[in-house]
Amino acid sequence: MQPQNEAELSLILATATEPLDIIGGGTRTLFDATESVKPLYTNGFSGVQLYEPGALTLVAGSGTLVEDVAALLTSEKQRLPFEVPDYAAVLGRKGHSTLGGVVATNASGPRRVQAGACRDSMIGVRFIDGAGNIVKNGGRVMKNVTGLDLVKLLAGSYGTLGVLTEVGFKLLPAPESSRTLHFVGFNAAEAVVAMAAGLGSPFEVTGAAYVPERGTFLRIEGFEVAVVYRAAALQKHLMRFGSSEILIDAEQVWRDIRDLTPFVGKKGDLWRLSVKPSDAPEITEKLAPLQLILDWGGGLLWALMPENTDLRTILGKLNGHATLFRGKGGGAPIFQPESMEVATLTRGLRAKFDPKNILNSGRMA
Amino acid sequence: MEMPKANNIILQGKPEIVLRLLEILPADAVLHDPNDTRPYECDALAAYTCQPLAVVLPRTTEEVVAVLRFCHERAIPVVPRGSGTSLAGGSLPTADSVVLSVARMVDVLETDYPNRFIRVQTGRTNLSVTAAVEDDGFFYAPDPSSQLACAIAGNIAMNSGGAHCLKYGVTTNNLLGVTLVQMDGTIVNIGGPFMDAGGLDLLGIICGSEGQLGVVTEATLRILPKPEGARPVLIGFDANEVAGACVSDIIKAGILPVAIEFMDRPCILATENYAKAGYPDCEALLIVEVEGSAAEIDLQIALIKDIAMHHNPVEFRESKSDEENRKIWLGRKSAFGAMGNIADYICLDGTIPVSALPLVLRRIGELSKNYGLQVANVFHAGDGNMHPLILYNANKPGDLELCEALGNDILRMCVEVGGCLTGEHGVGVEKRDLMNVQFAPADLEAQLNVKDVFDPKWLLNAAKVFPLEASASRRAQ
Repeated sequence: MQPQNEAELSLILATATEPLDIIGGGTRTLFDATESVKPLYTNGFSGVQLYEPGALTLVAGSGTLVEDVAALLTSEKQRLPFEVPDYAAVLGRKGHSTLGGVVATNASGPRRVQAGACRDSMIGVRFIDGAGNIVKNGGRVMKNVTGLDLVKLLAGSYGTLGVLTEVGFKLLPAPESSRTLHFVGFNAAEAVVAMAAGLGSPFEVTGAAYVPERGTFLRIEGFEVAVVYRAAALQKHLMRFGSSEILIDAEQVWRDIRDLTPFVGKKGDLWRLSVKPSDAPEITEKLAPLQLILDWGGGLLWALMPENTDLRTILGKLNGHATLFRGKGGGAPIFQPESMEVATLTRGLRAKFDPKNILNSGRMA
Repeated sequence: MEMPKANNIILQGKPEIVLRLLEILPADAVLHDPNDTRPYECDALAAYTCQPLAVVLPRTTEEVVAVLRFCHERAIPVVPRGSGTSLAGGSLPTADSVVLSVARMVDVLETDYPNRFIRVQTGRTNLSVTAAVEDDGFFYAPDPSSQLACAIAGNIAMNSGGAHCLKYGVTTNNLLGVTLVQMDGTIVNIGGPFMDAGGLDLLGIICGSEGQLGVVTEATLRILPKPEGARPVLIGFDANEVAGACVSDIIKAGILPVAIEFMDRPCILATENYAKAGYPDCEALLIVEVEGSAAEIDLQIALIKDIAMHHNPVEFRESKSDEENRKIWLGRKSAFGAMGNIADYICLDGTIPVSALPLVLRRIGELSKNYGLQVANVFHAGDGNMHPLILYNANKPGDLELCEALGNDILRMCVEVGGCLTGEHGVGVEKRDLMNVQFAPADLEAQLNVKDVFDPKWLLNAAKVFPLEASASRRAQ
């Protein structure tokens, strides 16, 4: 099914009796398609409704391609703040990512440490709930606390609460220039301490990641004059951890970290962990992963594990959460099991927004 | 503004309810004499008052649980309260309600610089969160004007912003985790010292829920390293339109100031008379603050100056010292006091698309004339969050009603031009009856459904946020 407007989509959902598989670009779903579940495509909801460079705001249909939006924003020297990752290669999927998919998965890249996640940039949504009700929340202005914030609730809900038709973002100016500090020879513990020192400095680090085979990277962005000064100041500030090189062009490095390129084509289960940054070294040691990336200063840990490994049983109690991003994981659930209290609220919300249990049913369970 | 009729059975049961509360809490944590509860009869929306049944002042999450569990069993409405600085009546009691104040829960529970967070009890004031970390070079970013007095609990409930949120975001962007006590006493821990909480974004729906979903007793907050320096410039213009165009050009040039504040002529005149900040005599004034090292500040100010000069400013004033910084901010920070010195006022909080600024200011001027009430505008111009201050005389019969009618017209216009009723103060009771202007029934129903899940009996801060007729069937259960 491929509805072309909200009325059509509303009718589909109001009358549906069987589960539906909501598909944007199909590039970042963590779930394998099941033949028995009917696909519902959102690409009918395509196009930019509003772009005001002077107000740093954009509103577009959920089926709008990320690449089209990126091109439009680049023409005005602006961008989405959260550095949209492209997971198609690492997940072995084809297609073109849509804004709706980005929002539904709250996909956020390395700049999340400084500029926030996708949900932090969101200012509005329109969606159709599982009963066919057309709902709007938020809007086109940056600052809005009118009523309950369903915008945040829908972001990262993996399509379980409604089908997004329109999404609104606040934007940031694209920086004129950037520099990346590059350290080599650290282990995970050394890297996390150095990254914490960088992120705790006043020099506005917009990316802090550790890739064991390649080194530790800290990024600074802004006007050329400013980044030259801040890169030197940061280098001096981090001198106690050893010498570093200042890279002028590290775009590929950050793209690889953002899109998880080191894991592409490698055998094994890929897990995503959100943890307290200073816990990352100990977790890394416990897991002894085949391949590792620490992003967000250590707060985002990507671990490639031997096929069919349930990482959660290795870790035991985890202060944070782990998502099975790719692979079978020894039959482990994709999302971290929730505490009883949180699970009760989640179930309650899903029952309200999707009373027939047709929206990406069985997901996030 | 109408509130539902108090439940007579609860009113008559007061002596016994108080006895039970005294069994649950220490004697000094329960106020029930009308002389003691009087300070809680209103918040900063002082036009509306109502004495509550009782006030409780718990010190721990466990005490909050005990009180809520009891009130839940007995179906007694509860009104959560931080410091009572809400301008929207968010903590206005009803006569049959127990006010739950977190004002005694002020401890810092954990400070962690390598991971950049602080965990606090939520009665702690906004400014004292920063005070706990500033000697070590950190700060808590959201900075509502009431930050000296307002509590983190209230900041979370209202998703508070501030002058500097253009760069740092509002409360929801700086909140990592909460301990929430639901109305039935269930404790829910969400998030923590990591960047996302997993599962549905419950943290996102709790922040800004105006005490509808639960009482947040503890919060993990993101702290940030203090910038090397900050400096404001003051730019005066001879027309509002020109000031608005200048804001847009600054943003389009790729500069992201931490704050862009706007004041119109009535506001400039009033603050000049009051605070004598030495502001220029002009139609509109911008205060633009930038951050960074000395060199970065110089660079940004040079760019801003270049842009401003294209708009023929009446004055462009650069600060050269901390004292001059202070003087530039003095008038802006005195604006509310200056207005209070002239007359009673209500402070609106609508947001508009920045592009609609000239139109909206012109129409506010027309409405002001029609109503015969003076309006002064202070404005977070970077994000379109307006604070029109409507002056009135509280002692003149009918003036408050007239003032509210004008306020409602202004807020309706904010929605009409694509904005919203409230940018950072919250809906409370103040904008409750205008929600239908911004939301269709299905939009409201989706929000009511969320409250159903967290507070099925509708006991927590009910009769706020949602128009009474929209929530009537639920509250009557």
